[in-house]
Amino acid sequence: MSTLVLLTITGLGLGALYFLIASGLSLIYGLMGVLNFAHGAFITFGAYAAWWITTHVEASAEAELILATAFGLVFGAVLGALIELVFIRPLYRRPIEQVLVTVGLALALGALVFGIWGADPKLFPDRPGEEISLPSWMIDTTTILGARIPNDRFVEIAVAVVVLAGLTAFLRFTRIGLIIRAGVENRSMVTALGIDVRKTFTFVFAVGGALAALAGVLSGIYFSTVDPGRGTSLLIFAFIVVVIGGFGSIGGSAVAAVAVGLVQQYANYYAADWLDWSGAGDVAVMFLLAGVLLLRPEGLAPKVAH
Amino acid sequence: MMTPRRAVVPVLLLALLIVLPFLSVDIPVLFGGPLDSPGTLNLLALCLVFAGVALSYDLLFGYTGLLSFGHALYFALGVYLPAIAVTEWEWSLPAALALLAVVAIALPLVLGAVSLRVTGIAFAMVTLAFAQAGNVIVQTNPGGLTGGDEGIILNFDPLPDFVVGIVNTKYLYWLALGYAVAVFLIARAAIGSSAGHVWRAIRDNERRVEVIGLRPYPYKLLAFVLASFLAAWGGFLWLLLIGVTPEVTTATFTLTLLVMVVLGGTGTRFGALVGGFAYTLLDNRLRNLAGEERIQDLPDVLRVPLSEPLFLLGALFVAIVFFAPGGISSFPARLRSLVYRRAAKESAS
Amino acid sequence: MSTATALDVNDLHVYLGESHVLQGVSFSVAKGGVTALLGRNGVGKTTTLRALMGLVPRSRGSVEVQGENVTRLPTHAIVRRGIGYVPEDRDVFAGLTVEENLRLSERGGNGRYDLVYDLFPELRERGRQRAGTLSGGQQQMVAIARALLNDNDLLLIDEPTKGLAPLLVTEVAVALERAAELSTILLVEQNLGVAKRVAEHAVVLDGGRVVYEGAAGELLSNPERVRELLGVGGAGH
Ligand SMILES: Nc1ncnc2c1ncn2[C@@H]1O[C@H](COP(=O)(O)OP(=O)(O)OP(=O)(O)O)[C@@H](O)[C@H]1O
Ligand SMILES: [Mg+2]
Repeated sequence: MSTLVLLTITGLGLGALYFLIASGLSLIYGLMGVLNFAHGAFITFGAYAAWWITTHVEASAEAELILATAFGLVFGAVLGALIELVFIRPLYRRPIEQVLVTVGLALALGALVFGIWGADPKLFPDRPGEEISLPSWMIDTTTILGARIPNDRFVEIAVAVVVLAGLTAFLRFTRIGLIIRAGVENRSMVTALGIDVRKTFTFVFAVGGALAALAGVLSGIYFSTVDPGRGTSLLIFAFIVVVIGGFGSIGGSAVAAVAVGLVQQYANYYAADWLDWSGAGDVAVMFLLAGVLLLRPEGLAPKVAH
Repeated sequence: MMTPRRAVVPVLLLALLIVLPFLSVDIPVLFGGPLDSPGTLNLLALCLVFAGVALSYDLLFGYTGLLSFGHALYFALGVYLPAIAVTEWEWSLPAALALLAVVAIALPLVLGAVSLRVTGIAFAMVTLAFAQAGNVIVQTNPGGLTGGDEGIILNFDPLPDFVVGIVNTKYLYWLALGYAVAVFLIARAAIGSSAGHVWRAIRDNERRVEVIGLRPYPYKLLAFVLASFLAAWGGFLWLLLIGVTPEVTTATFTLTLLVMVVLGGTGTRFGALVGGFAYTLLDNRLRNLAGEERIQDLPDVLRVPLSEPLFLLGALFVAIVFFAPGGISSFPARLRSLVYRRAAKESAS
Repeated sequence: MSTATALDVNDLHVYLGESHVLQGVSFSVAKGGVTALLGRNGVGKTTTLRALMGLVPRSRGSVEVQGENVTRLPTHAIVRRGIGYVPEDRDVFAGLTVEENLRLSERGGNGRYDLVYDLFPELRERGRQRAGTLSGGQQQMVAIARALLNDNDLLLIDEPTKGLAPLLVTEVAVALERAAELSTILLVEQNLGVAKRVAEHAVVLDGGRVVYEGAAGELLSNPERVRELLGVGGAGH
């Protein structure tokens, strides 16, 4: 029982990361039809930006973490907006080229991270000379039904829940949200109502960049390190979440993220034991994707932003 | 078919490529040593392998309009399966290659049949997922078969002598040349066949193919199996030239295939060949350049990007997409129209 | 600068795929009243409206709205010159509620909700219903309401009665008459009864060009010309 609880909460923590990445990807694809391969760079750069702050600032563990997260978030948002303005916007109405450009950016930015920070993982947060790197309450564990669960898992889950609620409310109650939801359904009709839908493109890229960066920072906490391959490895699972959840659907992404996180954890634990093989979790997720697509090619949710 | 006149250049080029291992010529910027040196021949062989693999990918992407993110899986199959067969199971080489031939048809047949049930981005994602599953399998080293991060140290005993050893690099080179030519001829025949016409029709407008009463599915599956089969043999040559490395199973590796094809020009007869060749050469030269002292002595803002070949190649790729969407193979036509326009302007004034 | 016309179209050429659908379409729409844009099925009426809106690329020609050249403007900027568009397939946002569909199309915060709800009282009752769950007729009302909500100078309306029950056709025709008191309308209408009832002027397309431009009544009450130009029987069916 305690193992099941531990696996569930760990799976939810992982799902939280996937959700943060997938929600931005999903909005970008839903609205613009661009599958953004450069999203992995938002994750990695966000994580490294936060790490960089922790090496340069001396403050309490809490303050440092908050500052680092905020910096990573802003960095991701700016990077996202810049990429949209400089690389995506000029290729408006050429969707294949847009995807190709994001592929080129993914390769180039990925290589840049290697070049700047090297291949080795960095400890996160990096607080030289300090006894604790994370706030102590985050390192502590909470016992639920006999399972000792590291508290940072709850932070990841809580952040994702807050983001889910915030995004949903934003899409529902604001004018930009209304435009995004309508644009996901039928972009050209939105322009035919006299709305400059391109402004929302930059906006969703900035939001996507910020959320991916946030996921990068949280992944730093989850794994205690940041590394240059982080973006790519998380991105693939986020893609899967987006496809399973249905493009453009925030709620669908949330459900799919939880499903993927849980399947991965359960399969990893139970099948690994049984097959004596540690790749079971990841492969199970790939089969989950194939299964869902074959049964419901549109994903779980129809193409409507909610 | 090519008209005799248009065939002149390719035939001359082929002749040059055949006699190349006997040419002791130094080409300073492009190659590190004379053409007949083992290092240069090895690099050229690799360039030829990727010319063929890129063309196999173009059959999917450029000719049939199928954006697959999983082509690396079949290339990796050609790397790993023979290596495992001769090293772990101690099979003879012919037996290992026979197995590869069977699996390189059976695996894409099964996975293609599944992934082609969806289209567009969903298809791209399913192929990515299957390839990623392959990557996970290789990385996690089930039963000690794949060697994980380390790869496999190939057992050379069952291999014929002429593919082993530095002095025999020229034979490997000819093998690679033969591979590239074979892929080219097979691709050309396939593209010219009736199935090839349907591929292009599917690429241009799948709905219209359905309207005229054809089912696109078997044609797409045929393209998928053929492309995968051809890529697998490229993988086998990589095994002989480089050895077993898990990087061939990564998503990044598939993306570089996409870069090659777009770099050369999609859906053109020579574009992918040129793209695969040029990319591989460029990648190698940039790697060497990165190690040079004059780069290492530069300030960080220049040194870091210049020592990352993939950064430069990614940037080049972005530039191609922006400024020369037809890729390298469109350069002659661009040049011609530029010269022509200038001439027209001059005669007008 | 002529301000006597609401719309001037000059030598408009449009290619869709490889087919040269519009091959030099020129016509003007006078201010006020309804001008019917007519022609056989597939002749390019919808394409003309979409080209005016900037929704399909135009390879040649110019479009002037109230004397201002809008040819090079993006769609949203053209619309902000005071244009309302009711597309052929309605294109309501299925996942949005009726009220959200209206709110989205409102420009400048002074939507004429009273007018719209007066014409289509049902829309007020169904404000919170998802537009995707409305009947075809109700969706058409939403589409027309979106265009009427703003104080537009020119409305481009594409087959508003297509596929509607006779009773609804009348309701739509009434709405069109009301709308015509407030704006100039360019109306694509296959139902020649409706066209005859509401339109003063007519423009007929054939072979990618304008083959008739003049009074609507004169054309539509001449069965022979109707058959010749539109390939259908006389009006009133
Ligand atoms: N995407 C496209 N590619 C090629 N041809 C197209 C495309 N869309 C429309 N067409 C063709 O362009 C022509 C004009 O179409 P359009 O919809 O403007 O006609 P219409 O006059 O509105 O017809 P209807 O009365 O049936 O509504 C048609 O012959 C149609 O087949
Ligand atoms: Mg029409």
